[in-house]
Amino acid sequence: MTQVPATLENNFRAVLRADQMRSASPSDVVSGVQPQLILEPATEQHLAAALRLSNEARLAVIPRGGATKLAWGNSPSRADLILSTTRLNRVLEHAWADLTVTVEAGCTFQTLQETLAQHGQRLALDPLWPEKATVGGILSTNDSGALRLRFGSLRDLIIGVTIALPDGTLASSGGKVVKNVAGYDLPKLVTGAFGTLGVITRAVFRLHPLSHHARSFTIPASNPEETHKLVLAIQDSKLAHTALQSHFFGDAPPTSDILFEGTQAGLDAQAAQLRALCHSTQTSEASVNAWNARQELWSLRDPAETAIAKISTLPADLARTIELFHRASDSYHVRWKSLNYATGLGWLRLEGPVDNLRRVLTSLRADLEQRACSLVLLHRPAEFPAFDAWGIPGDSLPLMKAVKHQLDPANTLNPARFLAGI
Amino acid sequence: MDARILIEFHSIVGKPGLVSSPEELHTYESDGLTNFRVLPRAVLLPSSTEQVQSIVRICHREKIPFVGRGSGTGLSGGALPVENGIVLCLARMNRILEVDIPNARVVVEPGVSNLDVTGRVQPQEYFYAPDPSSQSVCTIGGNVAENAGGAHCLKYGFTTTHVLGLEVVLPDGSLVHLGGKTLDTPGYDLSGVFVGSEGTLGIATKIILRIVKRPECVRTLLAAFPSTNEAGAAVSGIIAAGMLPAAIEMMDRLSIQAAEAAVHANYPDCGGLLLVELDGPLAEVEALMTQVDEICRSNGAGDIRVAQSDAERALVWKGRKSAFAAMGRISPNYIIQDGVIPRTALPRVLSEIDRLSQQAGLRVANVFHAGDGNLHPLVLYDRRIPGQEEAAEALSLQILDLCIAAGGSITGEHGVGEDKKKVMSKMFAEPDLATMQRVRCAFDPLQLSNPTKVFPTPRLCGERPGEYAPHPLESAGLAERF
Repeated sequence: MTQVPATLENNFRAVLRADQMRSASPSDVVSGVQPQLILEPATEQHLAAALRLSNEARLAVIPRGGATKLAWGNSPSRADLILSTTRLNRVLEHAWADLTVTVEAGCTFQTLQETLAQHGQRLALDPLWPEKATVGGILSTNDSGALRLRFGSLRDLIIGVTIALPDGTLASSGGKVVKNVAGYDLPKLVTGAFGTLGVITRAVFRLHPLSHHARSFTIPASNPEETHKLVLAIQDSKLAHTALQSHFFGDAPPTSDILFEGTQAGLDAQAAQLRALCHSTQTSEASVNAWNARQELWSLRDPAETAIAKISTLPADLARTIELFHRASDSYHVRWKSLNYATGLGWLRLEGPVDNLRRVLTSLRADLEQRACSLVLLHRPAEFPAFDAWGIPGDSLPLMKAVKHQLDPANTLNPARFLAGI
Repeated sequence: MDARILIEFHSIVGKPGLVSSPEELHTYESDGLTNFRVLPRAVLLPSSTEQVQSIVRICHREKIPFVGRGSGTGLSGGALPVENGIVLCLARMNRILEVDIPNARVVVEPGVSNLDVTGRVQPQEYFYAPDPSSQSVCTIGGNVAENAGGAHCLKYGFTTTHVLGLEVVLPDGSLVHLGGKTLDTPGYDLSGVFVGSEGTLGIATKIILRIVKRPECVRTLLAAFPSTNEAGAAVSGIIAAGMLPAAIEMMDRLSIQAAEAAVHANYPDCGGLLLVELDGPLAEVEALMTQVDEICRSNGAGDIRVAQSDAERALVWKGRKSAFAAMGRISPNYIIQDGVIPRTALPRVLSEIDRLSQQAGLRVANVFHAGDGNLHPLVLYDRRIPGQEEAAEALSLQILDLCIAAGGSITGEHGVGEDKKKVMSKMFAEPDLATMQRVRCAFDPLQLSNPTKVFPTPRLCGERPGEYAPHPLESAGLAERF
């Protein structure tokens, strides 16, 4: 850890008020690394200026929103300052008739949705912990849930972004209209970049109307193979569902949930079609709570003996993936539960002794990577043996490093937290 | 370029893959925007990724600029050759490599035409959603470069929504894989950056596409309004009702007349024609179509028809998609613009265009993707009349200024290319453009891949943003600033 010199604190005072800087406490620790100072600029210009000063002083900066996902990724190699977006929390413009919104990065997702709902609209995304998670953090981690099947991920919803670069540049790209191909698509570049290229200060999104009516159904199955066939049959059907997820839990029989949104007449017809498609299988109406399943997976009984990973496979690999979960967990006596979306993305929770968790993760990752799939470790116990969060990088790693070097040559932002030491 | 290099190129692609005689080179001197013409030194038509790599390695070694090209249907001069450079035409790499229905993925080479992808998955009732008007000819490689849109991107998204992964030959000849068949491959979303980069970051040699299941039903409604104002109000009404149609298109009187003359689409004669397409489950679409009908009527629509058969629907779309070409029926020359405005600015911008058009004494026809505010004003002129071409260009730039002032964009789907690079600095500030150029430098430090496009002023890699400092190449007299 580099000592933050007193003169630098004075420098920050040139751009930040006294109540916008404070010493970090142990609760601000970032994956085991203790930062010294928290900066909370109130404008994007001040944020950019503070970032430039930190960069010039060779201090490592950890951008932070609601801190709900701050433990994701690898431990930073250095963490001197936390640059918080908490005060950049305004919804700048809800152009409801144009179905777009411009919002500052520190605005919580819930506040944003409440504002949009006043005009019957939403950002069609279901991220984790919406009451605390901020727009900037959700973008940086590319968080997405069940709605992704219908509406895509953030990369499909973001239409403009402003970022602060370590040299103090404030750069915008994209714009305020949904259809726009002028210039490079930097909103996509910073989505999922874990704050390693720049600090997102504001974003523009395309919006969707809130649905008038919605219905959810749960469909049981006797085994994963049956669930697999059901999911593929639904995906290959003419049903226009909004979300489709399956739950697997050790040897228990799996279930799947499906969500429809639309007009009353449309929903009745879809329900009938679903029943016809499931043949003898009993479908039952499900509550909207079914769609909290991803967040419930994160209610950890014992964080010291739990790991959570994001799995990405091809949609038609579902049964094989569940078989892998079974085999690896059984071999090392680890309890497991997973939530798998029809997109091929899944969330796996493992519970057991730390060494066994590591063995399961190692074995699973090897099997998945062999099939061009991936396993990204999100939650790990505090006392966990060395395990890379990301896995083997592909042949584009030199290019990714070159992009990082162009935008953050001194490695100021989130050092070593991303793929392959970026 | 000396003969030695041509021989080297010849040894890679053979005789059928090398075009170097001046007569044949003329075919490649422009793309769909024919007022820019540059004769390339040679055109190479590789038939494999390896050949593309070998060619690009030579270009890198010899510092020869190269321009990728598909079918040359682009409308912004993106595939315009660069002087003393070569054109890499990907037309011969036109195989569909893999069709994976259970995963809804198709892997193609860049020279495959857009419509061929749908053609291949049609029997299983899937389709490839982006549908630029040139879809029967334009290639997926070109679509990737331009992030092509089309009428149905209102609901289905753009090319970038449907590209999951890419194999790319970088400007130094190395091969990289961006994204993949699965979602969220760990690392930066470089596939998202590459799509729409207009050939300035390298050459895509393989593309992983997402395909979509055909909806249960499709209904297309035509509504005739007294003017585009009423039609525009109906569009706002449809959006305000919480609907997301597959497409909402608008045509004004002039473009209706042109389309009628060209393809006899049986459009009603009116001041503003709206084409609304809904798709999805039958019961849902029928319920919503009733609402659309009511909204159109309450906004003054007279004649309302719903296409009754696939053939009728195809004809309705043929009229719309032929609208640009149809202008030839009513004007010897025309400039196509591609500005975007927030949908709510439509009445204001249209009346302003009308005012400018009268002031310039030139007719402007309007065809647009009304759902997403993408205007295609066509400025009509006659090159033979002295001064008209200049006046048309000036008017067309004024229209772009209107779009920028309304908070929109200078291009919704045609790209910046050669044509609009001069107005990029009206839409973006210097730090915005400089940041984009830094990303470009990561991909192409020597700036060999389509080097003169998109950006108003080239920026040498290694140059520090901000204060001016001469680049070593400048000091050595090897490069100069424009």
